[in-house]
Amino acid sequence: MKKVLLFLLGLLLISCGSRKEEEAKEKPGLPLVSAVNYPLSYFAERIGGDLIQVSFPVPSDVDPAYWVPDDDALSIYQSSDLILANGAEYAKWMHQVSLPASRIINTSAKAKDNYIEVIQGASHSHGPEGEHVHTGFASTTWLDFRIALIQAEAIKEVLLGILPDGHESIEKNYQTLEQELSELHTSMTELSGKLGHETILGSHPVYQYLSAAYGLHMHSLHFEPVEMPSEAQWKELDAMLATHPARIMLWEGEPLPEVKTILLEKGITSLVFNPCASRPSKGDFMEVMNNNMEGFVNPL
Amino acid sequence: MKQSFYLAIKYLQFHKLRTLILFCSIGLILYLPAGLHKLIVESEVQMMERADATPLIIGAKGNSTDLVINTLYFEQSEIDALDLRVLDDLDGSGFGYSIPVVSYFHARGFPIIGTNLDYFNFRSLSIAEGRMLRYVGECVLGASAADRLDLQPGDSLISSPENFLDLAGVYPLQMEVVGILETTNSPDDMAVFTDLKTNWIIMGLGHGHQDMQQVKDPTLILDRDSSHVTASPKLFLYNKIDGKSAESFHFHGDIKDYPITSVLFIPQDAKSSTLLRGRFETGELTDQIVVPSEVVDNLLQNIFRVKQIFNTVFILVGAATLCILGLIVVLTLRLRKEELFTMFTIGSSRNKTMEIIGAELLILVLFSLGFAVLLYSLTGFFVEDFIRQFII
Repeated sequence: MKKVLLFLLGLLLISCGSRKEEEAKEKPGLPLVSAVNYPLSYFAERIGGDLIQVSFPVPSDVDPAYWVPDDDALSIYQSSDLILANGAEYAKWMHQVSLPASRIINTSAKAKDNYIEVIQGASHSHGPEGEHVHTGFASTTWLDFRIALIQAEAIKEVLLGILPDGHESIEKNYQTLEQELSELHTSMTELSGKLGHETILGSHPVYQYLSAAYGLHMHSLHFEPVEMPSEAQWKELDAMLATHPARIMLWEGEPLPEVKTILLEKGITSLVFNPCASRPSKGDFMEVMNNNMEGFVNPL
Repeated sequence: MKQSFYLAIKYLQFHKLRTLILFCSIGLILYLPAGLHKLIVESEVQMMERADATPLIIGAKGNSTDLVINTLYFEQSEIDALDLRVLDDLDGSGFGYSIPVVSYFHARGFPIIGTNLDYFNFRSLSIAEGRMLRYVGECVLGASAADRLDLQPGDSLISSPENFLDLAGVYPLQMEVVGILETTNSPDDMAVFTDLKTNWIIMGLGHGHQDMQQVKDPTLILDRDSSHVTASPKLFLYNKIDGKSAESFHFHGDIKDYPITSVLFIPQDAKSSTLLRGRFETGELTDQIVVPSEVVDNLLQNIFRVKQIFNTVFILVGAATLCILGLIVVLTLRLRKEELFTMFTIGSSRNKTMEIIGAELLILVLFSLGFAVLLYSLTGFFVEDFIRQFII
């Protein structure tokens, strides 16, 4: 009996370990397209359809922006026919690894003038004449749905380049996705119109592009959905409310009930606006974004 | 006739040393022009093969021969650098794709070539042992380099200080050997390949050190405010990229300003190649673009001129050798006067005597020719290795 259990455990471990490679090998012979975040993999799946195999080897409980691939995941990227990069220095691990640069597509290259520079902690230099470390850009570009459109279009163009015979299918798929992203943009524009100059709080600094694109008057904190904020963090919120009263706080995920209660006491409604950088446990990118929009309806 | 040859052979066998000297010298004189010709032809073939396999090279304005030699054969001559930014223009043209190359440093006498994985795909370089590059700080060795350095995957290799007079200018990096390439019989066999970023770390453009926010030692800080920290030269920079230090490695300034020595450009087709070259000629793109096969062909034409000089020299040396040989024959005949008289006395006619001497000379020439052919054949076996070792 013990041997059978061990054998089954071994099979289970082997199947887990090979899942990443199996992801890549499900459709042998088709171009392998890997992405650094879920929105890009979603766009690729929608546009490429059955003509490609898409790989997104980031675990769903990890933020892709800060994830570092292990050897197996890196092998997938290295062997991919296309690597969809987000741009705006998303996925800093790409600076630490060797990749075939000709296959990397910076999907937001055409929107680089719209990158939002952020100060991430203190910068440093070596000596008074030394160059500074670049502080970086905000990277959730797809929350500006016009940039998301640019990124989708970039994916379309590169897929057309490698799959000229699939022109009709790719164009058709892209037009459907384009329509949906445009609708998201329209909805968000309408929402922002209703919000006006109202201050909105962001639990985390991930809404820069949403804020910039749709004119949201947003201030960010550093609250985590699964953690009770510290005393210092509550004080920071109170100080912010003193100068910027707000009644809505956006969260990346569902916050703890007790945190929601405390916020309600302060007059703040918690809304989940999931940037959807990782693969959602339920639904897909479009469903998540539509749910994000619907969350605004009641407060407004 | 058979008797004449018999006597000639016996005579030559008796005077072994003189015979050996004669057919070696005649053999060498016969071999040298042919051998040099073979060496040059093979050099041309190998150099042109490498050049023909590389469609276009882009580099800073300057000596095109140095640029090509540096890029194709990894002879690290002094050439100006380009900014990485140039790749944006090249890749943005839509005419093909570019492969950046950094070729500045050495590791124990072997050139360190910084590039990306596209280079290996383009040159069809595959791994014989270990694995391909994955992380910054790793290196993959050419087959010959690995053999001579006696290194295996898992070993370390430290980059050499570029200039002993400027030890502070480069940052020797301990690289991990992760793979050895299959033999290609090309300059790639003698190279140490790293990622582009690894070369920049050796230059000091990127490095790793402890988190400046966590530094407590005041002697490590020159200046600090809420948004910026200035580190002092005392701050220790990691000379190895491994699990603990890897995450701390970062680059200062804009990476687009970082230097590369050249770019291999692989156009989609001939038309794209022509259009791209046109952009350089019109000044739309600065720097220089060269077709390696044209540059190498030009270089080889100059070598051919040298070859003609050598051929002229060989002819003169050959003529001089023949004169000396003639003199030796005449002097030998004079020395053999009594021997020849004995032959005449015992009944050998004048013609027979001439026949014997003629046979001696014929055997000498034939053996010399054979020796020359042997040398030529041996050249055929070793010429490729010789060229790779000493010429390319």
